[in-house]
Amino acid sequence: MTATTVTHDLVSVENVSLSFGSVRALRDVSLTLQPGEITALVGDNGAGKSTLVRCLSGIHRPDDGTVRFDGQPAHFSTPEDARNAGIETVHQNLALVEDLTVWQNLFLNREIVHGFGPLAILDKRAMKREAQRMVSTLAVNVPSVTSTVRRLSGGQRQAVSICRAAGFSSKLVIMDEPTAALGVQETERVEKLITKLREDGHAVLLISHNFAQVMRLADHVWVMRAGRCVAGRRIAQTTGEEIVALITGAQQS
Amino acid sequence: MTATTVEAPPAPPAPARSQRLRDPAFWADWAALVGLIGLTIVFQALNSTFLSYGNVQSILVAAAILIILSIGQTFTIATGGIDLSVASVMTFAACAFGWAFTQGWALPLCMVLAVVTGLVFGAVNGALIAKGRIPDFVVTLGSLSAASGLALILADGKPTTVISPFLLKFSTRGIGLFGWTFLLAVVIAVITHVVLFNTRFGTHVLAAGGSPEAATATGISTARIKIAVYTVSGVLAGLSGILLVARIGASSPAADTTMTLNTVAAVVLGGVSLLGGRATIVGPVLGALVLTVLVNGLTLVGVSQFYQPLAVGIVVVLAALLMRFQK
Repeated sequence: MTATTVTHDLVSVENVSLSFGSVRALRDVSLTLQPGEITALVGDNGAGKSTLVRCLSGIHRPDDGTVRFDGQPAHFSTPEDARNAGIETVHQNLALVEDLTVWQNLFLNREIVHGFGPLAILDKRAMKREAQRMVSTLAVNVPSVTSTVRRLSGGQRQAVSICRAAGFSSKLVIMDEPTAALGVQETERVEKLITKLREDGHAVLLISHNFAQVMRLADHVWVMRAGRCVAGRRIAQTTGEEIVALITGAQQS
Repeated sequence: MTATTVEAPPAPPAPARSQRLRDPAFWADWAALVGLIGLTIVFQALNSTFLSYGNVQSILVAAAILIILSIGQTFTIATGGIDLSVASVMTFAACAFGWAFTQGWALPLCMVLAVVTGLVFGAVNGALIAKGRIPDFVVTLGSLSAASGLALILADGKPTTVISPFLLKFSTRGIGLFGWTFLLAVVIAVITHVVLFNTRFGTHVLAAGGSPEAATATGISTARIKIAVYTVSGVLAGLSGILLVARIGASSPAADTTMTLNTVAAVVLGGVSLLGGRATIVGPVLGALVLTVLVNGLTLVGVSQFYQPLAVGIVVVLAALLMRFQK
């Protein structure tokens, strides 16, 4: 890292290890994420990227080591805990309900209601209005917030997922291969959306196999290999070739 | 973002009516209403007493139980499940009512017992499906048999006469054309419609049915939703048990297997996807009316009773065919 230890890290992972039976998925991983930056996490398949991300989003709990989020030790036992703390995850498999509308998906399990308890009635108008605002602040081109997700293209769906992740005052948005299933144009649009998130002050953790994309978008990159975090580079001070060499192990950090 | 908004259309208004009428999906969504109107025209043409005051009144009363059971079935099917035990639970609830009545319980207590019986059966169904991770079909097939058996045991295989002036009035009187039982069904339909479309629970039911993974990812407990929908179905089956006792003036342990199939048929006719995630309450209510009208009309026209299940089967399969256009 640079010498600016004064600014506190948004996320700091210290010596985190996690094993599944005899498989050591993570070994002494340490890395940090800065607020307001896009941080990329790269590595070969099975290097432990997804496992690490799941530790951050509350799906797994590390066996050893600490995760600090926003200065506080983070002990997330469910994804709900992580969400409440301000960590949103955009899942690889697009976690949207096709037969519900865009606004219903944006507010799924966070519905705005009138009244309390079992007699609470949905405030549809407020949710539609708010959904419209969320969609337009991110300049997402969705036909209408009242159309069902089934009618949207892959890119539009990904945009809605990202919009949902960004919408609820989240501090960190984790994206696992957000453009893997998209075409060229759609990828470009989603990339713009990711940059927009950074402009709006969200930190983004981006898992990607696309080095060109990492070089284009990220501010910092962490390289994982065989369960270890082997290197961290500022994007401005590295090249695609160096990252590839770090991933394959041709170059030791 | 200037360059990227090129193909972003402004929010389109709802498609014009004429355009909607040409869309086969529109007809698929409203198959039950179209069927209802079609059957009414045909039966009225064949027998002019079909639309007489008395006959319409009796159709509506006869439809009440099927409507209520179908609404319960709609909730289970909306989550991608199915409740094959509705009719048996109704029978068992009716027998519980009859048993309590002969024990000298007060009428309100008998009614509460019937509803609680349904509730317990539904909750057990839901718990076995959600926590035991047994397929819906298998669990409710088991409780179909269990409920029928319990009904036979409790009633010792014999019907119990229930003589109650209140129940008699309830099943025979009403406001004008609408019998009390039909009005009760309408009230339940309105309440469940609000629950399905205007509460968090309703949204979560549709989400859990449409995409369990997505629902779970947003923190919705699909297990709780499953338990809840089968409990709803059980409560409505228990309530139907009371209506059944009121209607025939007795509680009978005789199994009514066609009733369960008719609830599924009504739900399918109503345009509800058997895969879950898409449901209405109006649809299955109309579906239940279609099936009741079909049976009533065939009887009125003088077609042998033996042809009625055949006719129901044909109508349901036709509706399912139309449903292919739904997407």
